[in-house]
Amino acid sequence: MKRGISYTAAFMTLLQRDLRIAIRHRGDIFNPLLFFILVVTLFPLGIGPEPQVLTRVAPGIIWVAALLASMLSLERLFKADFSDGTLEQMLLSPQPLSVLVLAKVLAHWILTGVPLILVAPLLAVLLHLDGNSYGALMATLALGTPVLSLLGAIGVALTVGLRKGGVLLSLLILPLYIPVLIFATSAIDAAGLNLAYDGQLAILAAMLVGSLILAPFAIGASLRVSTN
Amino acid sequence: MQFESFAEFINMGGYGFYVWLSYGVTFGCLATLITLSVRKKRKVLIEIAKKMTREQRLKENRGTKS
Amino acid sequence: MWKWLHTYADPERAYKLSGTLLPWFACLAIAFIGLGTTWGLLFAPMDYQQGDSFRIIYIHVPAASMSMATYMAMASASFVGLVWQIKSADWAAAAIAPIGAIITFIALLTGAAWGKPMWGTWWVWDARLTSELVLLFLYLGVISLYASFEDKVLAARAAGILAIVGVINVPIIKYSVDWWSSLHQPSTIKITEKSTMTNEMIFPLLINMAGFGLMIGAITLVRYRAEILARNGMRPWVRELATAEEAK
Repeated sequence: MKRGISYTAAFMTLLQRDLRIAIRHRGDIFNPLLFFILVVTLFPLGIGPEPQVLTRVAPGIIWVAALLASMLSLERLFKADFSDGTLEQMLLSPQPLSVLVLAKVLAHWILTGVPLILVAPLLAVLLHLDGNSYGALMATLALGTPVLSLLGAIGVALTVGLRKGGVLLSLLILPLYIPVLIFATSAIDAAGLNLAYDGQLAILAAMLVGSLILAPFAIGASLRVSTN
Repeated sequence: MQFESFAEFINMGGYGFYVWLSYGVTFGCLATLITLSVRKKRKVLIEIAKKMTREQRLKENRGTKS
Repeated sequence: MWKWLHTYADPERAYKLSGTLLPWFACLAIAFIGLGTTWGLLFAPMDYQQGDSFRIIYIHVPAASMSMATYMAMASASFVGLVWQIKSADWAAAAIAPIGAIITFIALLTGAAWGKPMWGTWWVWDARLTSELVLLFLYLGVISLYASFEDKVLAARAAGILAIVGVINVPIIKYSVDWWSSLHQPSTIKITEKSTMTNEMIFPLLINMAGFGLMIGAITLVRYRAEILARNGMRPWVRELATAEEAK
């Protein structure tokens, strides 16, 4: 029996579809980004403008803001597809769910993770981040934000059927984000002190590979529960 | 017996507040959890019984109408 | 080989079995905790460094060690429920979660009350305290996810997936927090010095640990029975029980 299109074709089709939809509703891309910028701007106003203090806390602020921005944007990952029934069609399609889910998560990362990485150096300038740390900041964001999207998608898939999923979502996924936060900020700190930080990057990369392999199955299983 | 008198036992060598705070909170929490858990069974059963009487009434009403 | 076990997946049998086990667990738990606590509070010798404040250990350590074990128990039950579609296992997981949260909360609070006289502060961002706090968040996540679904069959599955994801994450979180705290603070704080503990001090501790385990088992059975009844409201044997209860 012919199973329709190949896995790669299904993956690419879904990826292109999601990107196209997002480009037509640009607010979905810009709102999390604006939130990220605003949160980072609030910190100097709260802590005080001394450059030494800001240099010390900059990695933490940027990363915590990135966690929150990624969480906020994740909420819409499956919402539209769930309410118009596309999600159920996806569950019924002959392609394995994990491939489709991976395409959706990748699209989400391209739309929210990549802009975040591009804006981060500008914000780092505002926060007087140590000159040596820029490379580490970009590297940790590049490795870390996909992990955030993958882990967060599990939580979103679990709560998509619920009416009041928003607050619950933060309770579910923020604890899972802790290891990423710890290793990313410590890599940036180490870079600021001119120490080697490839160990932390290796662990972040390991987390990325691990969640890339395991998370799609968890997301798929959660979606099956939510659409039941 | 490590303590000479009851007052000394309460005092706990000066750490009375902390020791009794932890023991108090622990047994308070556990007691609340246990009472709630024990009461839960009765609550569930009463709820089921109420549902049954509701169904019964529904059935009777339907019987008189038709 | 495991056929005999499957008969206990039948709710009525599970309900009756837990009913027979409950008094044993409850009596043993009361006896153990009573003995361990009295021994620890009254008869165990004073610690020469920490004075009498070390007596908090007799509830802190059992609670802390049981908090992790309870999470594992909950996740195993969810796993059985998800993989073999055994609903009784799902109900067991739902029954355990609130108990685990309370035990974790007790471990955190007694830890704070012990830290104040010993370290001079209620809270330090120590590795163990931090990972215990994260464990509490995981428990709360599972409980609120279970509570927010109307359909409890789906709720159990969703909470089960979350609990299992949590199990994969617990070691990673624990490791990262250990590593983080060794990076951030000089290791001036040692929670327990094993060598200073004499047998006189350790026996009540072991008794209390066993007692806490039994007590968690007993409360689980109580909640499990209520959960079985709540999920099987349509079955005749539950309806009989309900009529009997209402007549009381």
